Amino acid sequence: MRKSLFTLLFAVGLLGAIAVFGGDTAENPLLGLPPVPIPEDNPQTPEKIALGEKLYREERFSTTGDVACLTCHDPEKAFTDSPLKTSEGIEKKTGTRNSPTVINSAYFSTQFWDGRSPDLEDQALHPFINPVEHGFVDHEPILEIVRTDPEYATAFNEVFNKSGEQITMREVTLAIAAFERTVVAGNSPFDRFFYAGETDALTEQQKRGFDLFVNEGRCVSCHVIEQTQALFTDNRFHNIGVGISNIQKDVPELATTFLEAERTVSEVDVEVLTDARTSELGRFAINRDMDDIGSFKTPTLRNVAVTAPYMHDGSIETLKDTVIHYNNGGVTDVGDPVNDFLSGGIRPLNLEEEQIDDIVAFMEALTSPEFAPDEG
Amino acid sequence: MKIKPNRREFLKGAGAIAAASTLPLSTVEIAFADSKKNFTFGYISDSHIQHIKGNQFVNNWDRGLIRSVAEANLMQPKPDFVVFGGDLAQLGTKPELDHGAEMLAKLNYKTYHVLGEHDYYLDLGEYWSELFGDHYYSWDHKGVHFIVLNSIITFKEWTFDRWPTPEQRMLEMAGLDNPNGSPFMVGDAQRAWLAKDLEKVSKDTPVVVFSHSPIQKLYKGWNFWTDDAEQIQALLAPFADATVIYGHVHQIQYNQIGNISFHAVMATAWPWPYPSTYAQAEHTMPKLTVPMNRADPFFERDATGWQFIDMSNGRVSMSYNLANNTNRTVAYDPASGKPVDTQFQDVGNRVPPQIHY
Repeated sequence: MRKSLFTLLFAVGLLGAIAVFGGDTAENPLLGLPPVPIPEDNPQTPEKIALGEKLYREERFSTTGDVACLTCHDPEKAFTDSPLKTSEGIEKKTGTRNSPTVINSAYFSTQFWDGRSPDLEDQALHPFINPVEHGFVDHEPILEIVRTDPEYATAFNEVFNKSGEQITMREVTLAIAAFERTVVAGNSPFDRFFYAGETDALTEQQKRGFDLFVNEGRCVSCHVIEQTQALFTDNRFHNIGVGISNIQKDVPELATTFLEAERTVSEVDVEVLTDARTSELGRFAINRDMDDIGSFKTPTLRNVAVTAPYMHDGSIETLKDTVIHYNNGGVTDVGDPVNDFLSGGIRPLNLEEEQIDDIVAFMEALTSPEFAPDEG
Repeated sequence: MKIKPNRREFLKGAGAIAAASTLPLSTVEIAFADSKKNFTFGYISDSHIQHIKGNQFVNNWDRGLIRSVAEANLMQPKPDFVVFGGDLAQLGTKPELDHGAEMLAKLNYKTYHVLGEHDYYLDLGEYWSELFGDHYYSWDHKGVHFIVLNSIITFKEWTFDRWPTPEQRMLEMAGLDNPNGSPFMVGDAQRAWLAKDLEKVSKDTPVVVFSHSPIQKLYKGWNFWTDDAEQIQALLAPFADATVIYGHVHQIQYNQIGNISFHAVMATAWPWPYPSTYAQAEHTMPKLTVPMNRADPFFERDATGWQFIDMSNGRVSMSYNLANNTNRTVAYDPASGKPVDTQFQDVGNRVPPQIHY
């Protein structure tokens, strides 16, 4: 009897969920996305999220007092610094890499273009102490602020029940990560078409582009779409012939220094963002696996139309040029040499120009409504 | 290549091998007390460069060889030489051999060549010889006697009298499970040369043989086979440390017969399935071999790779550098007297795809 009552309650609950998510799909901002993974040791609370957002926007967390997380991951620019090629930190110093969006980063199994951080909590530690980002040599100035500023003291006490020296970078990054896990967005025209059955959500050109995306264009091999969800990334690392080709002749010299001595993540963080040549080693600088020379993480394609320019180094300005790069078999300009370490699967696609335009049109259908440019 | 934190120490010598694995290798008997004699070499094999037309070649096979050459050039410590294990070409044509030789020319090391059947059966190795030299030969290097055999010849009648064109002869030998095929062998003349070559080598000198086919009889249908294998094994039997390294099989294999260790190398082109998965045919695959992972067809380079070989104790420690897969090391274990995988030999340490095979 108790069992059947439980079954009944469960069924009602399930129907309720369907009513919310299946009924009026435009109301579900997560349409096309799986549930947000929340680590057991960092549960979401409204207070923690609010504190995290405050920390995210805090410009005092830089040597010059004008660089926050938001500087390069601006909500007004789909959580990037578009149209900058590579990010600008303190005193307009530029790094080597294009700012990846925070949107849906909660779903990534590693963080940074080379995956050198395992999660959002760890990721948040590093830019603060990078010489071309927030510029600190250690985290002490940040701890000084959050331990003494009355607003922060109150908030940390409320959220973590900690004060003074008890507040460490652990609490700071837990809160920032909690905020970032709220920056999730699905419900693009593609999601409404594919997951909610709205057949008119895509234009005819976008539908052709979708077909090319999963078939002839082979895009889906890495930018994954599944039957119930689409993260548009395989969370893996690939050498697609961007950047590394510029330093091919230097690879033996650069790789040798990494093979000879292991680095800490912080050392790699500084080296790859301050030296353009080292940056191009990609994932290899982290794991010293020759299979990963020049490889970078597959970025999500959600909201890609509003986050130009493209690739880890921001070297490609338009979506059309990115498709042309793949169509050429991993070279931006026809006739340039193919990289020795190019990933298997990257090869000439022989697409017509019209097909390339169709794929671009499809990628323009991946923008979530909250980040779509205002129309009219 | 996936480099473990202790890999460099691992390569420094036998003492560190114990630290790098759970095997009781601390009892390694070091053949060379003089550490200057310790050395390493690279092994690349089975690239099957395939001509389409004009200047077009099959892209995937090209990429496999280009990648292996580029990786081998980054190796630390630097290998003393590299061996190319045969089947550089797919159908033995001049364009294929030229294109392959051009890619191999980028290696920064002296390169020794082994002849494969795909290089041979069009013109019986004539153009290959112009590029790479003798079909069989030997040399000494830092106290080890190295021998290259041409193990892919077959009966004279099959070779000279049976086929209307050299092209057809090449295609017949390239086929698997082909009733028109013929078993590989080293043959009388070359065995006589080998016997004479070994006469001058002392029995405590480590001997390493490079051949294209296994110098064992594993599976006849795919010529994982050398017809006169037992006679060659008998010539190697008197030597304390004998090793045979072979290509052709495109997969990880290793075995021990008497004092002779056998190691297969990967192809840079594609993997073959294990004959043991081919249930209707008889095979004698070495029980010792822990199979490699099933290839993920999504990754075009998966289950291909090249090898880095440490010769510091007169026996082979073979590290397989596998694209898109977990690297493996198979090293001679003096305690058990056979090659073992340093990580996966124990049944409990295997991963499901290895057991699945």
